[in-house]
Amino acid sequence: MKAHRRQPLYLAFLLHRLSGLGLALFLPFHFYLLGLSLESDAAFERALHWTAGPLFKVAEFGLVFLLALHFFGGLRLLALENLAWSDRQKNYAAAAVALSFLLACGFLLRAF
Amino acid sequence: MLELRLYLAQRISAAIMAPLVLLHLGLMIYAIQGGLSAEEILGRTRGSLFWGGTYGLFVIAVAVHAAIGLRNIMAEWLRLRGLLLSGLSWFFGCALLAAGGRAVVAVVGS
Repeated sequence: MKAHRRQPLYLAFLLHRLSGLGLALFLPFHFYLLGLSLESDAAFERALHWTAGPLFKVAEFGLVFLLALHFFGGLRLLALENLAWSDRQKNYAAAAVALSFLLACGFLLRAF
Repeated sequence: MLELRLYLAQRISAAIMAPLVLLHLGLMIYAIQGGLSAEEILGRTRGSLFWGGTYGLFVIAVAVHAAIGLRNIMAEWLRLRGLLLSGLSWFFGCALLAAGGRAVVAVVGS
Protein backbone atom coordinates (compact mmCIF):
# COMPACT_ATOMS: atom_id res chain seq x y z
CA MET A 1 0.00 0.00 0.00
CA LYS A 2 1.32 3.44 -0.92
CA ALA A 3 2.36 5.54 2.07
CA HIS A 4 -0.16 8.31 1.45
CA ARG A 5 -2.99 5.79 1.53
CA ARG A 6 -2.27 4.99 5.15
CA GLN A 7 -2.99 8.59 6.12
CA PRO A 8 -6.38 9.20 7.79
CA LEU A 9 -6.85 12.11 5.40
CA TYR A 10 -6.68 9.72 2.46
CA LEU A 11 -9.76 8.10 3.99
CA ALA A 12 -11.41 11.55 4.12
CA PHE A 13 -10.61 12.01 0.43
CA LEU A 14 -11.92 8.54 -0.41
CA LEU A 15 -15.16 9.08 1.53
CA HIS A 16 -15.71 12.38 -0.23
CA ARG A 17 -15.10 10.84 -3.63
CA LEU A 18 -17.23 7.74 -3.09
CA SER A 19 -20.13 9.69 -1.54
CA GLY A 20 -19.99 12.06 -4.53
CA LEU A 21 -20.00 9.14 -6.95
CA GLY A 22 -22.95 7.55 -5.15
CA LEU A 23 -24.92 10.80 -5.24
CA ALA A 24 -24.15 11.36 -8.93
CA LEU A 25 -25.40 7.87 -9.78
CA PHE A 26 -28.53 8.31 -7.67
CA LEU A 27 -29.56 11.67 -9.16
CA PRO A 28 -30.96 10.35 -12.48
CA PHE A 29 -33.39 8.10 -10.53
CA HIS A 30 -34.35 10.97 -8.25
CA PHE A 31 -35.13 13.23 -11.21
CA TYR A 32 -36.98 10.44 -13.02
CA LEU A 33 -39.24 9.88 -10.01
CA LEU A 34 -40.04 13.58 -9.69
CA GLY A 35 -40.57 13.82 -13.44
CA LEU A 36 -43.31 11.17 -13.13
CA SER A 37 -45.64 13.79 -11.69
CA LEU A 38 -45.48 15.48 -15.10
CA GLU A 39 -47.26 12.47 -16.54
CA SER A 40 -49.91 12.22 -13.85
CA ASP A 41 -50.36 12.84 -10.15
CA ALA A 42 -51.46 9.23 -9.80
CA ALA A 43 -48.21 7.89 -11.28
CA PHE A 44 -46.24 10.06 -8.86
CA GLU A 45 -48.38 8.89 -5.95
CA ARG A 46 -47.86 5.24 -6.95
CA ALA A 47 -44.09 5.77 -7.09
CA LEU A 48 -44.11 7.43 -3.66
CA HIS A 49 -46.19 4.59 -2.28
CA TRP A 50 -43.71 2.12 -3.74
CA THR A 51 -40.85 3.88 -1.94
CA ALA A 52 -42.57 3.78 1.45
CA GLY A 53 -41.30 0.27 2.34
CA PRO A 54 -38.66 -0.34 5.02
CA LEU A 55 -36.00 -1.27 2.45
CA PHE A 56 -36.39 2.12 0.82
CA LYS A 57 -36.31 3.83 4.19
CA VAL A 58 -32.91 2.27 4.85
CA ALA A 59 -31.75 3.27 1.35
CA GLU A 60 -33.00 6.81 1.96
CA PHE A 61 -31.07 6.88 5.21
CA GLY A 62 -27.99 5.90 3.22
CA LEU A 63 -28.61 8.67 0.72
CA VAL A 64 -29.09 11.32 3.39
CA PHE A 65 -25.90 10.05 4.99
CA LEU A 66 -24.05 10.29 1.65
CA LEU A 67 -25.36 13.80 1.06
CA ALA A 68 -24.46 14.94 4.56
CA LEU A 69 -21.04 13.29 4.29
CA HIS A 70 -20.34 14.96 0.96
CA PHE A 71 -21.65 18.28 2.28
CA PHE A 72 -19.49 18.39 5.40
CA GLY A 73 -16.51 16.91 3.54
CA GLY A 74 -16.95 19.65 0.95
CA LEU A 75 -17.13 22.36 3.60
CA ARG A 76 -13.91 20.95 5.03
CA LEU A 77 -12.26 21.21 1.60
CA LEU A 78 -13.52 24.75 0.97
CA ALA A 79 -12.32 25.82 4.41
CA LEU A 80 -8.89 24.22 3.92
CA GLU A 81 -8.42 25.83 0.53
CA ASN A 82 -9.77 29.28 1.25
CA LEU A 83 -8.98 29.87 4.89
CA ALA A 84 -5.46 29.77 6.19
CA TRP A 85 -6.06 26.73 8.35
CA SER A 86 -3.22 24.30 8.40
CA ASP A 87 -3.52 22.10 11.47
CA ARG A 88 -6.40 20.12 12.90
CA GLN A 89 -7.29 18.67 9.53
CA LYS A 90 -7.95 15.26 10.98
CA ASN A 91 -10.37 16.79 13.45
CA TYR A 92 -12.30 18.41 10.63
CA ALA A 93 -12.44 15.13 8.79
CA ALA A 94 -13.73 13.35 11.88
CA ALA A 95 -16.20 16.13 12.64
CA ALA A 96 -17.51 15.91 9.07
CA VAL A 97 -18.29 12.21 9.49
CA ALA A 98 -19.79 12.71 12.96
CA LEU A 99 -22.07 15.55 11.86
CA SER A 100 -23.17 13.61 8.79
CA PHE A 101 -24.08 10.64 10.90
CA LEU A 102 -26.00 12.83 13.35
CA LEU A 103 -28.00 14.44 10.56
CA ALA A 104 -28.76 11.15 8.86
CA CYS A 105 -29.85 9.58 12.16
CA GLY A 106 -32.17 12.54 12.71
CA PHE A 107 -33.69 11.77 9.34
CA LEU A 108 -34.03 8.08 10.14
CA LEU A 109 -35.76 8.77 13.45
CA ARG A 110 -38.30 10.92 11.63
CA ALA A 111 -38.74 8.43 8.80
CA PHE A 112 -39.96 5.58 11.00
CA MET B 1 -6.16 26.42 -18.41
CA LEU B 2 -9.09 24.02 -18.80
CA GLU B 3 -8.16 22.33 -15.54
CA LEU B 4 -8.12 25.67 -13.72
CA ARG B 5 -11.53 26.58 -15.13
CA LEU B 6 -12.96 23.22 -14.14
CA TYR B 7 -11.46 23.55 -10.67
CA LEU B 8 -13.04 26.99 -10.24
CA ALA B 9 -16.41 25.87 -11.63
CA GLN B 10 -16.33 22.95 -9.20
CA ARG B 11 -15.65 25.23 -6.20
CA ILE B 12 -18.15 27.91 -7.24
CA SER B 13 -20.92 25.37 -7.83
CA ALA B 14 -20.09 23.84 -4.43
CA ALA B 15 -20.35 27.23 -2.72
CA ILE B 16 -23.70 27.89 -4.43
CA MET B 17 -25.00 24.49 -3.35
CA ALA B 18 -23.84 24.64 0.28
CA PRO B 19 -26.87 26.61 1.59
CA LEU B 20 -29.18 24.77 -0.83
CA VAL B 21 -28.07 21.38 0.48
CA LEU B 22 -28.75 22.51 4.06
CA LEU B 23 -32.21 23.69 3.00
CA HIS B 24 -32.82 20.41 1.16
CA LEU B 25 -31.71 18.30 4.15
CA GLY B 26 -33.86 20.35 6.52
CA LEU B 27 -36.82 20.11 4.20
CA MET B 28 -36.45 16.34 3.91
CA ILE B 29 -36.38 15.87 7.66
CA TYR B 30 -39.41 18.14 7.97
CA ALA B 31 -41.38 16.73 5.03
CA ILE B 32 -40.83 13.03 5.78
CA GLN B 33 -42.98 13.20 8.93
CA GLY B 34 -46.04 11.02 8.56
CA GLY B 35 -44.91 9.77 5.13
CA LEU B 36 -44.77 11.51 1.80
CA SER B 37 -47.80 12.13 -0.36
CA ALA B 38 -47.91 13.58 -3.87
CA GLU B 39 -50.65 15.96 -2.80
CA GLU B 40 -48.60 17.31 0.09
CA ILE B 41 -45.46 17.86 -1.99
CA LEU B 42 -47.15 19.28 -5.06
CA GLY B 43 -49.50 21.45 -2.98
CA ARG B 44 -46.49 23.17 -1.53
CA THR B 45 -44.46 23.53 -4.72
CA ARG B 46 -46.90 24.09 -7.61
CA GLY B 47 -46.84 27.62 -8.95
CA SER B 48 -44.22 28.72 -6.44
CA LEU B 49 -41.63 31.05 -7.95
CA PHE B 50 -39.46 30.62 -4.87
CA TRP B 51 -39.22 26.83 -5.06
CA GLY B 52 -38.89 26.95 -8.85
CA GLY B 53 -35.99 29.40 -8.67
CA THR B 54 -34.31 27.67 -5.75
CA TYR B 55 -34.46 24.19 -7.20
CA GLY B 56 -33.72 25.48 -10.73
CA LEU B 57 -30.47 26.95 -9.42
CA PHE B 58 -29.80 23.73 -7.49
CA VAL B 59 -30.18 21.64 -10.65
CA ILE B 60 -27.83 23.85 -12.69
CA ALA B 61 -25.19 23.82 -9.95
CA VAL B 62 -25.45 20.06 -9.37
CA ALA B 63 -25.21 19.28 -13.11
CA VAL B 64 -21.97 21.28 -13.34
CA HIS B 65 -20.63 19.89 -10.07
CA ALA B 66 -21.44 16.22 -10.72
CA ALA B 67 -20.16 16.31 -14.31
CA ILE B 68 -16.80 17.73 -13.21
CA GLY B 69 -16.60 15.32 -10.26
CA LEU B 70 -17.25 12.32 -12.52
CA ARG B 71 -14.73 13.71 -15.01
CA ASN B 72 -12.07 13.70 -12.28
CA ILE B 73 -12.95 10.14 -11.29
CA MET B 74 -12.95 8.92 -14.90
CA ALA B 75 -9.60 10.60 -15.53
CA GLU B 76 -7.90 9.36 -12.37
CA TRP B 77 -9.43 5.93 -11.83
CA LEU B 78 -10.38 4.86 -15.35
CA ARG B 79 -7.50 6.72 -17.03
CA LEU B 80 -9.83 8.15 -19.69
CA ARG B 81 -8.44 11.01 -21.74
CA GLY B 82 -9.27 13.43 -24.53
CA LEU B 83 -12.48 13.35 -26.49
CA LEU B 84 -13.94 10.33 -24.69
CA LEU B 85 -13.41 11.97 -21.30
CA SER B 86 -14.89 15.30 -22.43
CA GLY B 87 -17.73 13.64 -24.31
CA LEU B 88 -18.82 11.50 -21.36
CA SER B 89 -18.58 14.44 -18.95
CA TRP B 90 -20.63 16.68 -21.22
CA PHE B 91 -23.16 13.92 -21.79
CA PHE B 92 -23.64 13.35 -18.07
CA GLY B 93 -23.83 17.08 -17.29
CA CYS B 94 -26.37 17.75 -20.04
CA ALA B 95 -28.44 14.68 -19.14
CA LEU B 96 -28.60 15.77 -15.50
CA LEU B 97 -29.53 19.30 -16.53
CA ALA B 98 -32.32 18.04 -18.78
CA ALA B 99 -33.70 15.47 -16.32
CA GLY B 100 -33.36 17.88 -13.40
CA GLY B 101 -35.00 20.71 -15.34
CA ARG B 102 -37.84 18.36 -16.23
CA ALA B 103 -38.21 17.38 -12.57
CA VAL B 104 -38.38 21.03 -11.49
CA VAL B 105 -41.01 21.79 -14.16
CA ALA B 106 -42.93 18.70 -13.04
CA VAL B 107 -42.99 19.69 -9.40
CA VAL B 108 -43.36 23.47 -9.76
CA GLY B 109 -45.32 23.86 -13.01
CA SER B 110 -49.07 23.77 -12.68
